[in-house]
Amino acid sequence: MKKIELNNISVSYIVGDFTNRGLKDVIIQKLKGTYVQKEFTALDGITFSLDEGELLGVIGTNGAGKSTLCKVISGIMRPTAGTMAVHGNIASLLELGTGFDGDLTVRENTFLRGAMLGYTRDFMNRTYDSIIDFAELKEFENRKFSHLSSGMKSRLAFSIACLVQPEILILDEVLSVGDGGFRKKSEKKMLEIIKSGATTILVSHSLAQIRRMATKVLWIEKGKQIDFGETKEICDKYDEFIKKK
Amino acid sequence: MVEEIKKEIEKIRKYEFLFSELVKRDFKKKYKRTVLGMFWSILSPLLQLIVMAVVFTRFFGRNTEHYIIYLFSGNLIFSFFKDATNGGMHALMSNANIIKKINVPKYLFMISKEVSSCINFGLTLIIYFIFVAVDGISFSPRFFLLVYPVVCLLIFNIGVGFILSALFVIFKDIQYLYDIFTQLLMYLSAIFYNVSAYSEKIQKLFYCNPVYVYITYFRQVVIGGIVPAWWIHVLCAVYALAVLITGMIIYKKYNYKFMYYI
Repeated sequence: MKKIELNNISVSYIVGDFTNRGLKDVIIQKLKGTYVQKEFTALDGITFSLDEGELLGVIGTNGAGKSTLCKVISGIMRPTAGTMAVHGNIASLLELGTGFDGDLTVRENTFLRGAMLGYTRDFMNRTYDSIIDFAELKEFENRKFSHLSSGMKSRLAFSIACLVQPEILILDEVLSVGDGGFRKKSEKKMLEIIKSGATTILVSHSLAQIRRMATKVLWIEKGKQIDFGETKEICDKYDEFIKKK
Repeated sequence: MVEEIKKEIEKIRKYEFLFSELVKRDFKKKYKRTVLGMFWSILSPLLQLIVMAVVFTRFFGRNTEHYIIYLFSGNLIFSFFKDATNGGMHALMSNANIIKKINVPKYLFMISKEVSSCINFGLTLIIYFIFVAVDGISFSPRFFLLVYPVVCLLIFNIGVGFILSALFVIFKDIQYLYDIFTQLLMYLSAIFYNVSAYSEKIQKLFYCNPVYVYITYFRQVVIGGIVPAWWIHVLCAVYALAVLITGMIIYKKYNYKFMYYI
């Protein structure tokens, strides 16, 4: 069964608002009907599909649109063109450690984040201890969140997001969280989820990791889809492309 | 149909937890690291009231009965309106970091803000009733009617919040414009003066201002000792619903576009 299907997906951001152009000009242009929204195309015609249990590696240089793609699939952003179908509950780990509230305690933040991810209160009460244990933050429980180190912050974010059994997992550069010990632990946890049959999307700059784990690879460059297919073939092409640069 | 309703209920239940956590956060954050904490909710309107009473009683207090309560009613309602709508306006942008990373209904941030200002308002309301008692106005069951304008005002605030938060994402200047607007609206809300000095016609014009309508409802019940006329009830509801519906339409139309801006 197809878990994720993207058909010609495009996303453009709106750049430059009234401030860049001046309100007067905007109004005049609107009245004349010559007003054109300045746009920046972050994704342009992405097409691929994934079966259950597959792991897609996404590669491309900085600014290729990898993170935007993750946002589209997790439903945060609506594509400006194209159609898509995503089946199953999603756990997406995008840029860990952001979006927490520095003034609240670690405990309060954990509950708040859990609520945002759609967990129930019961579930949070039951799993709170294991989340904190997994993040190794027991002694910091009642500290202000802003007093944590950035490694600790990402550890907490990772732990909250991973304690469910998602059907679709989206990882944006997160397999390098925390110190050595935690990294091992988190990779193990990830593999556990992946092995249990979750369809996974992995964004990574580590080609070795992609070669090791991915069953399919998507290569995008400046928003355009360069290639989609078997891991080895595309990784080799990408390798060559990087070397030429 | 039944399926769909079930789904909606499921959705609301799911977000009920998030909603209460957000309200808690807003409240905790507001007075975090202050010595007096929640007392500021009470203290700041009181200080405002004292200054206004000292300054204006001489000019406007002579022909207005229970002038302190008159003033307090106006101040109470207007502060609630100002606080809630300002909070609502910034609700989306100040949570942009979260909205960009996690898929949650964005309007929850706005509504939680409105509810936490409503709780704040509730605290001030207690002080208000203490003042009412001290001023020699005896409590009457009629006071329960005040729930009506408060609910209407809450709905009204949510509507304004929808409109402002959507505008604020696209057009930042709105915060300064709105600042001036509320300032002017305050003078038009007859907070410290009595409209009876104006001609009948102009007095009627005051009812174009929704905030004035809500204030009037309060004053008529508490000071006037009467149940407001039916058309004031209608006006309260009409303003609230009209603004809410406009806000919801604007939000529905533009909410997915916010992501392309923030």
